[in-house]
Amino acid sequence: MKLETLKAVQAARESRRAVVLVKRIADGAEALVYGESVDGELASAPDVLAAARAALASGRSDTVETSAGKVFLHAFVPARRLIVVGAVHIAQALVPMAAMTGFDVVVIDPRRAFAADHRFPNVTVVQEWPDEAMERLKPDATTAVVTLTHDPKLDDPALEVALKSDAYYVGSLGSRRTHEKRKARLTEVGISEAQFARIHGPVGLNIGAKSPAEIAISILAEIIQTHAASGQPAERPAKAA
Amino acid sequence: MTATSEDILGTAAAWKGQGRGVALATVTLTWGSSPRPVGSQLVVDQDGHMMGSVSGGCIEGAVVREAVAAIKDGKPRLLDFGVTDEQAWDVGLACGGKVQVFVERVG
Repeated sequence: MKLETLKAVQAARESRRAVVLVKRIADGAEALVYGESVDGELASAPDVLAAARAALASGRSDTVETSAGKVFLHAFVPARRLIVVGAVHIAQALVPMAAMTGFDVVVIDPRRAFAADHRFPNVTVVQEWPDEAMERLKPDATTAVVTLTHDPKLDDPALEVALKSDAYYVGSLGSRRTHEKRKARLTEVGISEAQFARIHGPVGLNIGAKSPAEIAISILAEIIQTHAASGQPAERPAKAA
Repeated sequence: MTATSEDILGTAAAWKGQGRGVALATVTLTWGSSPRPVGSQLVVDQDGHMMGSVSGGCIEGAVVREAVAAIKDGKPRLLDFGVTDEQAWDVGLACGGKVQVFVERVG
């Protein structure tokens, strides 16, 4: 693999741009296929290009026979995103675990003491009001959102944006009673019954979690479960041996 | 992109930047219950240091040997592993799956 090719793939991943690396098995010849552009002689054959575009759309890597020989199509699609509202103790456990699992993680908290960088090394911490930050981040179908502040004036506006988005998972920390009160408040601002029903609350799989780290595990497990059930290709591991 | 232990290409670039000889191994095909999906990667340097995986750990030893050889001679290689492989006792997949791994030098 040429170093330039490797760097181009890395640049695409860093800017959350999907790319397919086309590689001929016989001699290692390479091409890069993006949504709108192509870089490399190998992808000039129409059948190679068509196969690469299919891999780009599905996010699945595969080996295929083409007019240019046997090629491996290596699909690099943007990592799943996790938006965490509330730079709280549970977030301190959840964020590194989610990063290790392959999520791009963003933490939102307008409160300076919570959002302090030293609490979340190597992670983007956005010190803004959740609704403004959420509007800017635009949760899409590869995004999970979880609110952890326990404070309606921070959680509710974030939930409003999340419930109107394509986010595949929306979770919110709080007891059943808290969740009922949340329902009343969100209904008042126009969230429908069906929209509200998308919230996983109480959040996380019921594994009897008590400590912040245990609760983080239950939340991450529920996000992974929801993602797998949604049938998205990105980073879905094969069945264990 | 968050820096994670799974950033194999990032590791490859970093090792290359340190002047090390580097090879990448990539799962290109799988049959049956193989442990790692197509596209999974392992990065190897000239001394056999590795990061990532192309299996549950059963074939990495053999892949690292081939990767070190690829760093030396610059030739890409396509490796087949499976229970029917003649080296089955060395590197066969305990799960009964089969994998094909492409190994090539970086740079």
